[in-house]
Amino acid sequence: MLQTEQVAAFRGERLVLQDIDLTVQAGGAALLIGPNGSGKSTLLRLLAGLLRPAAGRVLWNGEDALADPPLHASRLIYVGHLDAVKPGLTAAENLRFAAIAGGGEIPAALEAMGLAHLADLPARMLSAGQKRRLALARLALSSAPLWLLDEPTLGLDALSVARFATLLAAHRASGGLVVAATHLPLPLPDATEFRLA
Amino acid sequence: MKLFRAMLARELGLALRHGGDTLAALLFFVLAALLFPLAIGPDPKLLGTVAPGIVWVCALLAALLPLDRLFGADFEDGSLDLLLLSGLPAFAVAGAKAAAHWLVTGLPLLAAAAPVAIMLRMPIGAAPALLAGLLPGTLALSLLGTTGAAVVLGARRGGVLLPLLVLPLALPVLIFGAAAPAAVAAGQSPRAALLLVTALLAAALPLCPIAAGAALRAAVE
Repeated sequence: MLQTEQVAAFRGERLVLQDIDLTVQAGGAALLIGPNGSGKSTLLRLLAGLLRPAAGRVLWNGEDALADPPLHASRLIYVGHLDAVKPGLTAAENLRFAAIAGGGEIPAALEAMGLAHLADLPARMLSAGQKRRLALARLALSSAPLWLLDEPTLGLDALSVARFATLLAAHRASGGLVVAATHLPLPLPDATEFRLA
Repeated sequence: MKLFRAMLARELGLALRHGGDTLAALLFFVLAALLFPLAIGPDPKLLGTVAPGIVWVCALLAALLPLDRLFGADFEDGSLDLLLLSGLPAFAVAGAKAAAHWLVTGLPLLAAAAPVAIMLRMPIGAAPALLAGLLPGTLALSLLGTTGAAVVLGARRGGVLLPLLVLPLALPVLIFGAAAPAAVAAGQSPRAALLLVTALLAAALPLCPIAAGAALRAAVE
């Protein structure tokens, strides 16, 4: 279970988040909704432990999650709004480090996002949507329980969104948590909506 | 440890794929050293005296060249977030980067140093002392450089700031490193100078990754 208690955060000099109380149960999903600049990405980075909260606590199963950043990192996967794809490496090589860290199989992960036929293509040849799919393929490489997704379906076609939905459903069925920031409808049935002003 | 090795393999793979950057530092080293005989004249006695210093200064400047992009590309494309969230502590991420920088830049410089020094008419007898100083010296430069690169990460004029930050820190390494072959040339033992360079490395080895790791965490905030 992921929980935040009265969390506040600064972005530069500006207070973008305050008094955030968010709870996500095992198997649950939270959708962060709000206008641009309302702090959705900031909250995701904070939940990932990349950003320290200015006030409040982030709890994982009731214990302070950010006390040990490497341990917290090992139970989550963060897909930011940047794809983190290296243009000089092939699609499969791009996943290699994540595969070693997560313990998954690269061909299966590429297959899950429909990229198997592009495995040996340099990533600079991929389209924006394909790069996004490659970034999402990292989700299939690890059994980490917490997924933090920043605009995951931006630039995806309908078929890819359906594939992504399969991944999400399987993850939640096995007790995984999802926190996603989005402006687009996401295939997350009965997700809790969390509005940021 | 498995993750550290995996990250090192990733860094080396990326460096191999962009081999031009690696070669550029090495070519810069050779070309910069080549400028000195052209500028001060070909007098073997004069060149032989200043050769170890020239090699050291050129190695220092060449090692600075790739630092600008050491974290820059990973920072801009979001990879740095993922490295810090891979389960590796931040100091290990910085340590792997420093190790990769040494393997990709320091080691080739080490290989090229002796031929360049001999081209500059350094007495052959001083070559072992030069290399024995450059081995811990380049390692220390990689560690200091990684720290500097992590500190200026995200700064608007990071590329300009970086040498201003790293060069003063590298001065002791340069002084004692260049003193070793000079001592041999003057008929003295290079032992004291070499021990001091190694001591600097011993201090940089634990401190630099910790400082660089903290700087990386601050940069992604």
